[in-house]
Amino acid sequence: MIPELGHFALILALLVSLVQGTLPLAGAARHSLSWIALARPAARAQFLLVAFAFGCLTWAFVANDFSVLYVAQHSNSRLPLEYRISGVWGGHEGSLLLWMLMLSGWTLAVSVFSRHLPDAMVARVIGVLGLVTVGFLAFILLTSNPFERLLPAAADGRDLNPLLQDPGLIFHPPMLYMGYVGFSIAFAFAIAALLSGQLDAAWARWSRPWTTAAWVFLTLGIALGSWWAYYELGWGGWWFWDPVENASFIPWLVGTALVHSLAVTEKRGGFKNWTVLLAIAAFSLSLLGTFLVRSGVLTSVHAFATDPRRGIFILILLAIVVGVSLFLFAWRAPKVGLGGSFGLVSRESLLLVNNVLLVVAAGSVLLGTLYPLFIDALGLGKLSVGPPYFNAVFVPLMVPLLVLMAPGPLARWKHAEMAPVLKKLLPALAVAVALAVAVPLAYGQWTPLTALGILLAAWIAGASVIAVIDRLRAGVTGQPLHWWGMHLAHAGVAVFVVGVTLVSAYQQEKDVRMAPDDTVTVGGYSFRFVGVREAMGPNYRAMVGELELSKDGKVLRSMHPEKRAYLTSTMPMTEAAIDVGLTRDVYVSLGEPIDERAWSVRVYYKPFVDWIWGGCLLMALGGFVAIGDRRYRMKKAAAAKQAAQGAAA
Amino acid sequence: MKPRHKRFALIGGGVAVLGIAAALVLNAFQSNLVFFFTPTQVAAGEAPKGKTFRIGGMVKEGSLKRQPDGLTMQFIVTDTAKEFPVAYTGILPDLFREGKGVVAQGKLGENGLFTASEVLAKHDENYMPPEAQHAVDQAHKAAKTVKQ
Repeated sequence: MIPELGHFALILALLVSLVQGTLPLAGAARHSLSWIALARPAARAQFLLVAFAFGCLTWAFVANDFSVLYVAQHSNSRLPLEYRISGVWGGHEGSLLLWMLMLSGWTLAVSVFSRHLPDAMVARVIGVLGLVTVGFLAFILLTSNPFERLLPAAADGRDLNPLLQDPGLIFHPPMLYMGYVGFSIAFAFAIAALLSGQLDAAWARWSRPWTTAAWVFLTLGIALGSWWAYYELGWGGWWFWDPVENASFIPWLVGTALVHSLAVTEKRGGFKNWTVLLAIAAFSLSLLGTFLVRSGVLTSVHAFATDPRRGIFILILLAIVVGVSLFLFAWRAPKVGLGGSFGLVSRESLLLVNNVLLVVAAGSVLLGTLYPLFIDALGLGKLSVGPPYFNAVFVPLMVPLLVLMAPGPLARWKHAEMAPVLKKLLPALAVAVALAVAVPLAYGQWTPLTALGILLAAWIAGASVIAVIDRLRAGVTGQPLHWWGMHLAHAGVAVFVVGVTLVSAYQQEKDVRMAPDDTVTVGGYSFRFVGVREAMGPNYRAMVGELELSKDGKVLRSMHPEKRAYLTSTMPMTEAAIDVGLTRDVYVSLGEPIDERAWSVRVYYKPFVDWIWGGCLLMALGGFVAIGDRRYRMKKAAAAKQAAQGAAA
Repeated sequence: MKPRHKRFALIGGGVAVLGIAAALVLNAFQSNLVFFFTPTQVAAGEAPKGKTFRIGGMVKEGSLKRQPDGLTMQFIVTDTAKEFPVAYTGILPDLFREGKGVVAQGKLGENGLFTASEVLAKHDENYMPPEAQHAVDQAHKAAKTVKQ
């Protein structure tokens, strides 16, 4: 009964979204106040219905209702409660429903936090979101209904993929989807601007916090995914340039460009068309990412069971979104105007370079990701593009970006003199050069690439420190939050670069055969193999290894990597044991038994690897702080007044 | 500097960045494309010597042997028509099984042995519903007849 209620709620939601996607838009065009007024209630009803449907599916999981096909495929009565709940998004249908819940949640947020926006604008934004909702609800109802029954009911479920039985999975997909879907708000704002012709500093101020919020979630989602791959897959890597990773990284790159270009649109009224184009691109690439992951066209570690019909549906949806919005762009953009002019050397021009580099980087990652698909579709053979391609293209593009990150925030708008800025940055350069020489030498191996990484990281961090000291010394108190947010995020990039540089250069890995009392050493840490014993988990049987970690003859701790065999599937799982530290992780995972006493064991030494995710956290925190800036919550009148002043200045 | 010159400088800068990126891409592409071959194709000598490629098929039942060093594994990949021996040193992915699908990346040695540097893991092999599995098998067969 309850699954049917959920199904019914989804159908009702589709009907509501049809209203939400048409009447408010028409009302805004025809200045019909009563139709405009429909937008907010429709958004709220929409959210309630989708949330109800989501609740119904969750209930089916919690109550072990194996007469629902999706539950029978992704759950099991012995599955712990937390994984039964996260199992809701452990498969295709449920993760689409989660996507949908996020979309209606974001729409609800717009309807609630938009009191300072003109009603017609809100109606257009909610209307555009309504149209996107129509597409996704139709997708769910027509091709991927999570409430489909299985008659007769299964006695027990097939169990959730053991890989997904992990705390990482509870948070990774929701965060990632929050980011993906969040760009739909930036997209809706861009389309609304094209429809209304109002694309000014005030518009940029309205859409900025939403875009930043989406970017924060996407950053966290990607970082969580990377961290999960690191400890759960047992490979010890943090990024594989896997097509599905790329599918989330491409929107992130474009979203990062968008965040910066919005700054120019808000502060200087420039880059207007470009900002709109980026917003369209960011959302389209999110859709493309969903398509790549969900259609299974890619050979990837994420290649879960798939259905080609679904791929085609998303592809059509993508074509409609891109086609209609680009048409609208071509039609309306010439009216928007170009915005203020700026000097060859100015903060605008630096941000322009930032945007060009980020977009070119996104394009090259996209090319490497899609190229095998094209070749395959043309029947020219099967191939893959390896990580060396991405490293060879991506790293050189990021170097100038990182170099310019230091002077960028210090340069003036409109026209800047670089000499005083560079003079101000001299201490940062000096410290950076010293560290670039010293740090690799401290690790006993100096290479130009490692030195460059350290140099860039210290250069960026140094610039942020100098900027903060500068402001404090000048007695300028009460910096706006977005300024702190920016420096926090930039410092995050520096921390990230340190992590990437050091772990790539100095990590050590060994696959060894170990019998009891054998010892292996990596990065100065010794592991003594004690033995392996058997243990039972709630729904698995595990072989638990015991290794004694020591350094310089001093025993630090005992580590327990596991090899699990889940009862309902024959799928084994490796659970690595990691000793986490600020300056290094040591990591051990069990391979397989070689004979009665010996096992194959993999040990890693990973210097500064946690800085990678720490940096991402700082970036996200910076974005979060920036959203708190009070000027995003100014009343209509004050905002309009300031916009007028900004335009005059 | 006149506005027109400025625009030229900006456009020139943009074109330079794109040009450099294009050069990087093409250069990296040349050397980093990894092609996929079936055992039949490898047996027919279509695979390049001394260059990295991927080979895929099923692991032949009973073919998995551990070498005396304790860490090198040798197994046979088959597409039911032809077979090919593959060696890999290290820890195989969790889902590696005899009788299951596998994709290995590496080089073909002079001795006719494929030395894998990487064995790709699949993440939910056993989660394929039987119908989907059947469909995939049919597709494989169809693809094979098309290729031959």
